[in-house]
Amino acid sequence: MATHLNATPPPDAAPPSRGPATPGRTVNFKVRRCDGPGKPGRWETFAVTVERGSNVISCLQQIAANPVTVEGTRTTPVVWDSGCLEEVCGACTMVINGKVRQSCSCLIDNYAPGEGDTITLEPMQKFPVVRDLWVDRSRMFSALRRLKTWVPIDGTYSQGAGPKETPDDQEIRYKLSECMTCGCCVDACPQFLLEPDPARWETSFVGAHAVSLARLFNEHPTGRTLAPHRLEVLSGHGGINDCGNAQNCVKVCPKHIPLTESIGQIGRAVTVHQIKKIFFARPDPHAAAKGPG
Amino acid sequence: MATDKRVIVVGGGLAGLAAAVRLAEAGTPVDMFSLVPVKRSHSVCAQGGINACNEVARQQGYSEYEHFDETVYGGDFLADQHPVLEMANWAPRIIDLLDRMGVPFNRTSEGYRDLRLFGGSLFKRTHFSGATTGQQLLYALDEQTRRYETEGKVSKYEFWEFLWPVVENNRVVGIVAQDLRTMQVRSFRAAAVVMATGGCGLVYGKSTNSIICTGAANSRAFQAGAWYGNPEMIQVHPTAIPGADKLRLMSESARGEGGRVWVPRKKGDARAAKDIPEAQRYYFLEERYPAYGNIVPRDIATREIFAVCVNDGMGVNGENSVYLDLTHKDPDYLTRKLGGILDIYQKFVGVDPRFEPMKIFPAVHYSMGGLWTTFTKGSYNPAGPIPKHKSGSPAPIGSAIGQGMQPGAPNNAMTNVEGLYAFGEANFGYHGANRLGANALLSCIFDGLFCGQSVQTYIKIADTSAAPQSLFDAVVRQEESKAAAFTSTVSKGQPTPENNPYQIHKELGVEMTAACTVVKSEPRLRQAQVKVDELRDRFARVQLGDAATWTNQTLAYTRAVGDMLVLADAIVKGSLQRKESRGAHYRTDHPDRNDAEFMKATVAKFNPADRSVSVGLMDIDASLIEPTARTYGKKP
Ligand SMILES: Cc1cc2nc3c(=O)[nH]c(=O)nc-3n(C[C@H](O)[C@H](O)[C@H](O)COP(=O)(O)OP(=O)(O)OC[C@H]3O[C@@H](n4cnc5c(N)ncnc54)[C@H](O)[C@@H]3O)c2cc1C
Ligand code: SF4
Ligand code: SF4
Ligand code: FES
Repeated sequence: MATHLNATPPPDAAPPSRGPATPGRTVNFKVRRCDGPGKPGRWETFAVTVERGSNVISCLQQIAANPVTVEGTRTTPVVWDSGCLEEVCGACTMVINGKVRQSCSCLIDNYAPGEGDTITLEPMQKFPVVRDLWVDRSRMFSALRRLKTWVPIDGTYSQGAGPKETPDDQEIRYKLSECMTCGCCVDACPQFLLEPDPARWETSFVGAHAVSLARLFNEHPTGRTLAPHRLEVLSGHGGINDCGNAQNCVKVCPKHIPLTESIGQIGRAVTVHQIKKIFFARPDPHAAAKGPG
Repeated sequence: MATDKRVIVVGGGLAGLAAAVRLAEAGTPVDMFSLVPVKRSHSVCAQGGINACNEVARQQGYSEYEHFDETVYGGDFLADQHPVLEMANWAPRIIDLLDRMGVPFNRTSEGYRDLRLFGGSLFKRTHFSGATTGQQLLYALDEQTRRYETEGKVSKYEFWEFLWPVVENNRVVGIVAQDLRTMQVRSFRAAAVVMATGGCGLVYGKSTNSIICTGAANSRAFQAGAWYGNPEMIQVHPTAIPGADKLRLMSESARGEGGRVWVPRKKGDARAAKDIPEAQRYYFLEERYPAYGNIVPRDIATREIFAVCVNDGMGVNGENSVYLDLTHKDPDYLTRKLGGILDIYQKFVGVDPRFEPMKIFPAVHYSMGGLWTTFTKGSYNPAGPIPKHKSGSPAPIGSAIGQGMQPGAPNNAMTNVEGLYAFGEANFGYHGANRLGANALLSCIFDGLFCGQSVQTYIKIADTSAAPQSLFDAVVRQEESKAAAFTSTVSKGQPTPENNPYQIHKELGVEMTAACTVVKSEPRLRQAQVKVDELRDRFARVQLGDAATWTNQTLAYTRAVGDMLVLADAIVKGSLQRKESRGAHYRTDHPDRNDAEFMKATVAKFNPADRSVSVGLMDIDASLIEPTARTYGKKP
């Protein structure tokens, strides 16, 4: 049962290595900068001395401490987002050498093994830039509110244990539940477009991560009670029909979440939901309680 | 009962989220502040699991009482005992609740929650979700909070930084915070404020913590009048991967699942691990602690590893590292139980620990110390403390709630500032001089749920609505001028190594790691005090490289460095004050525990007039268990 969980190969972490990396070498970081929303973009390049095991964040830290470009111009420290530094919080996503991924787990030895190699850093494309490499991903969390991705428990008072679960089912739910809302899947998705206006998020594509979390909660015995609501949202504007099946999402997910499988499953559930709606018209009790967006 | 009195929760890790859910459920509107979207809080890093007595262990002789006893013993008799009892009694209920919220706990083949062994216990009592338990618990509470957010009961202020509490006559009436994007500074009123702001690993430069764990928020509450308890009690975790930017943790669960720690018997043996035959491997923890073996508590494992490497020079290849070996276990089993952390090792070291032993070394991990808090004792009050519980024997009392702490008493987990609470790692309670693995997640959620109820009772009696606006405005001005003073330094030219905030932080981390971790001594601590004084002095002339009025991360970072220096001062002074060895605090010049003088909390206070830190001793609640020597059956 668990075999399909790793059906997708891990995203290729790096271009093929060109031989052993030299410690103490200099690597250039070409960084896409922007001082704030509506401000013009520019490129700046910094030379950083890298040690064995350096990653993009440790290099950005070095740049922050002494922000001087290769031309010798003093500039402001680069702004970026990060947290755990071990690829579990999802904060540090950016576009590195043209590919979206976490920067904390991006080892320089793999990306730039040679003296004078260059690494390009850009912000994610599908989210409004706050400053430099930091983008505003609140649209992703808004999709989770829209889809009510939670288990509607009665309350926090003691009521005994939750439902029993087989190890196979646990393994599937655990895999889906590892989504760290990092945004790689939506940044790589041709159907997910930049939308800075929060008023339009209600009708814009929710993205693969949200579809997959809807599946997660539809699988849970108590979470399932909200399945009609989730499927209703997913059958409307910005729902499952917006997915063009390009399958880019699954290739870039750092947690190897079986996103296309989730999309397929939700697609089928939405079809069943719509047929049921035609034959047994029953209003969605939760449809009225919409989030603040 | 619904109320229009609002509560501010600073921090959206496990402690803050549990508090928000509890309060929102009771009808209280919550304003939640966090440096990051709460789903990215540091709790996401927790790996190994969460402890609670359970039916299987119970039938083998375990009990909530034994969990309590282990925690007090593990903390070397420094924790107030009644709160620990209440927490242990609540633990099974917390697991059940998380289970109902949909946490994918690992399962047995029959579908029950699986259990693993963890440090400081002879029973399997740790519940887990792969090797990313903290992530899974955080997500469950994040989802519940999002539900209340959708219903309008929780308002989130993410990417907002708490700057200062607003205090009127030793009672908190609100906070001042800054939007880290627009840089707007503003005040917020509240009937109570919960600090659920986590630990302070960044004071040591590199640690196992997330890079937002500066402890700055706690330091600010401290500077504004809250006391700070047991600052010197910093846990150094025995097993982490050394790294350039972070020391990534290899969870205790690796040892709980059978991982063995060893070095070659022959000093400097240059052979690869797999070429060293069994008889030529020195499993030093197993040999020295036959009963607990590799799962002795953290402070002990850390000191033994330190001794083997630093004192005896027996580290692998003469370096500061030992093997943590899982290669004797089935690789599929390992993937199922420990996949998350094995991936981290593989990703960052490039070696697959299923087939090659990991190389690890201790790293700063957790702060037992934190904001000092009080409580109301519950109903269990024996005539005097009773002897330590014999493992597996019947418990003297049952596990009914209310025996440890009085449920809903307004002062539970309250600091000395009225209405200002400290939950989770920010709270100095429960763990004493050393925290047992998988007890932190428990204490965080327990604080949120149990002490959250206390906040609810407190706000019924507290009315802060009359606090004058001028008070709030004054704190806003104080924080604005602090920020302006920092950014105005940019025009003075380039930072030099002398006044560069990154350099000051780096030197602080190096000094604190050298002087204030595994082994401490009076002369070395005095030297550290001189260094911290020097850094505080240099910080007064700190110079920034960014004057931006939009998303100025340098400003936020620099401000936090200043607050870390104050915490460091408290850590050094607490370490000097405690002239004994207890739990994580080991003084080579006072190697023994001294209960007569030091079975007391060190309590740091801040003097705003000259910005100095002083440390005194305060009695603790040791009324339930008699102290005994904490040996874990070490062979002489
Ligand atoms: C790698 C690792 C593994 C661990 N594994 C385990 C384990 O297996 N079992 C276990 O029991 N414990 C474990 N621990 C310990 C445990 O994870 C932590 O003690 C616990 O998660 C702390 O939770 P918290 O809610 O107190 O704080 P955190 O999760 O640290 O959250 C702090 C919150 O405060 C906010 N905040 C901080 N400062 C400010 C400010 N100035 N303004 C606004 N917001 C602010 C942050 O944004 C964040 O939301 C582990 C720790 C580490 C480092
Ligand atoms: S499969 Fe759908 S969600 Fe995934 S990248 Fe393609 S269009 Fe986007
Ligand atoms: S599904 Fe994967 S890529 Fe998408 S947000 Fe979640 S973890 Fe990131
Ligand atoms: S910093 Fe958390 S994923 Fe990179």
